[in-house]
Amino acid sequence: MNLLSVSNLHVNFHMKERELAALIDVSFTLNRGERIAIVGESGAGKSVLGFSIVNLIGKPGYIHSGSIKLEDKELTSMNARQLQAIRGKRIAMIFQDPMMTLNPVLTIGDQLVEAIRNHTKISYKDARSIAIEKLHHVQIASPEKRFDQYPHELSGGMRQRVIIASVLLLNPDIIIADEPTTALDVTIQAEILQLLLAICRDNGVALVLISHDLGVVSKVAERTLVMYAGQIVEEGPTLEIINDPQHPYTQGLLNALPQMTLPGQRLNQIQGSMPSLAERPSGCAFHPRCPYATQKCKQQQPDFIYSGVSSVACFLVEDMLNEFADHDQEAQ
Amino acid sequence: MKYPKKDLIQPMSGSRWQHIWSGFVGDKLAVMALIIFAFYCIVALLAPLVAPYDVKDPAFMDLMNAEIAPMWISGDPRFLFGTDAQGRDLLSVILYGTRLSLTIGLCAVLIQATLGICIGLAAGYLGGRIDNFLMRCADIQLSFSNMMVAIVFLAIFQSLFGVAMYQQLAMVMLILVIGLTEWPLFARTIRASVLAERQKEYVDAARVMGLSSKRIMFRHILPNTLSPVLVIFTVQIANAIVAEAALSFLGLGMPATEPSLGSLISAGFAYMFAGSWWICVLPSMTLIILILVMNLLGDWLRDHLNPRTYKD
Repeated sequence: MNLLSVSNLHVNFHMKERELAALIDVSFTLNRGERIAIVGESGAGKSVLGFSIVNLIGKPGYIHSGSIKLEDKELTSMNARQLQAIRGKRIAMIFQDPMMTLNPVLTIGDQLVEAIRNHTKISYKDARSIAIEKLHHVQIASPEKRFDQYPHELSGGMRQRVIIASVLLLNPDIIIADEPTTALDVTIQAEILQLLLAICRDNGVALVLISHDLGVVSKVAERTLVMYAGQIVEEGPTLEIINDPQHPYTQGLLNALPQMTLPGQRLNQIQGSMPSLAERPSGCAFHPRCPYATQKCKQQQPDFIYSGVSSVACFLVEDMLNEFADHDQEAQ
Repeated sequence: MKYPKKDLIQPMSGSRWQHIWSGFVGDKLAVMALIIFAFYCIVALLAPLVAPYDVKDPAFMDLMNAEIAPMWISGDPRFLFGTDAQGRDLLSVILYGTRLSLTIGLCAVLIQATLGICIGLAAGYLGGRIDNFLMRCADIQLSFSNMMVAIVFLAIFQSLFGVAMYQQLAMVMLILVIGLTEWPLFARTIRASVLAERQKEYVDAARVMGLSSKRIMFRHILPNTLSPVLVIFTVQIANAIVAEAALSFLGLGMPATEPSLGSLISAGFAYMFAGSWWICVLPSMTLIILILVMNLLGDWLRDHLNPRTYKD
């Protein structure tokens, strides 16, 4: 059985006049111990997806339809108390900015102990020793001293380590990391990624890494989902997606990496920008920015099809596959 | 010379309060205000020990001693501040009165703060209809003059239960009336801070951790909103003491047998033009200095706890 299965998830934002669709028909699965990545530009709905998994989309957003199952438990129909028991205990989440994620007026120790004691009934002393052990685990030097310090006394990288320790406290099955390294500088990024990777591998924790950085994704994730305007447009093994991207959007993203250009050359970019929720284009949402767009792309939504490497929602790939199939038939 | 190593490693530890404290010591006015305020508090607390006469002792009132001028005028060494119309030692009465006024002010503001903080937190964090409802209640409360509510309420109570009953319960009633009428100030301030804090990621993080709303509100958001509350707290104590004094002056406060500063001023006012000015003026001075000192402290706190002016 899959650890987490999201199927046909629709998330809407309820505005005054109209409903805006933030996620459209999102489906994916996550196995125990698997590491997947969700990539896309800002506004693609990555974070909304992350928050919907723990059923915490802020107003005016809400889950319109679809299901999110943790093993056999349906998360969308749970009440607040049941959800509180899942959050942190089964599914934990790491945020982008370590400066903001820790409460500035409570000590590191207070926050860690609170997280433990919120889910399990153990004494302060036991909770403290667990917290210190986890701080040690994320390679924080002299954890006993850090335990009594306030967040502002720690550096950014150290804070992100504390946050990783805090999600590990209750040995969750899934960690959702929403751009965990974006706010850190490059040298620390690599350290934190290594740490996250090692921790997931050692403890068999499944990871959902939300990122816009394909470089980061390629180091960590086994499987990658590419999102555009609230939809998944391509899904497949990370290596395949990076070496042989099928969807024009994925190709554009990869081309936009600075490594893809020679020094002195202008950086590549995808023309135009992500449409806002209110101005969603007809047909394939990517068609206004797609260099290969045809008349058909403007009118119809492409289906999700398996291309042999990855699953893609694009007419271009579909047509190509059909052509191949025709060729094969003729050859026979 | 050896430097202690510890200071080199963590020069920042406890920085915020240390920072505020060092700023405080440098400010002469603030230090003066604090010393005077502390003096008031100690004297009020120790009134039974410090006062030359026991106010509750019937032998203490002697009409033979009525309206003796302060020592520096009359030269009577028994009564430093002179005596009032009933022959009570004014210094003792003022000490007991300060004690009463401070108690009433503090308790009333504690009620205000508790109510205001709970309502403000709920309104800011839960939002939507609850927020609307609670804030409209606050608007309604603010649209009445507090003094009017207090006067109407206390007058009704007096006529319903009689003056004797009222005199027994006067202190509790004053605390309740002043405490219950001024909560919107706290509620609004807290709500505004909560609205800002609620957007921050640590709140999301706490929710993702599976903490309940109540816990997030009181343990995570509340401590982050306390600095403006501290400021209002000091200023409101001063306001509550003034309100109590005003009500007592109008005859709706503490009875003459158990005088607060306000009722002393009120009682002394009648003798103002009869030449016994000290009965009214000395308690007034005491009250004015107390209020001034508290406002100075409040202003200082506002300047230094304001996150916009505070820098690491």
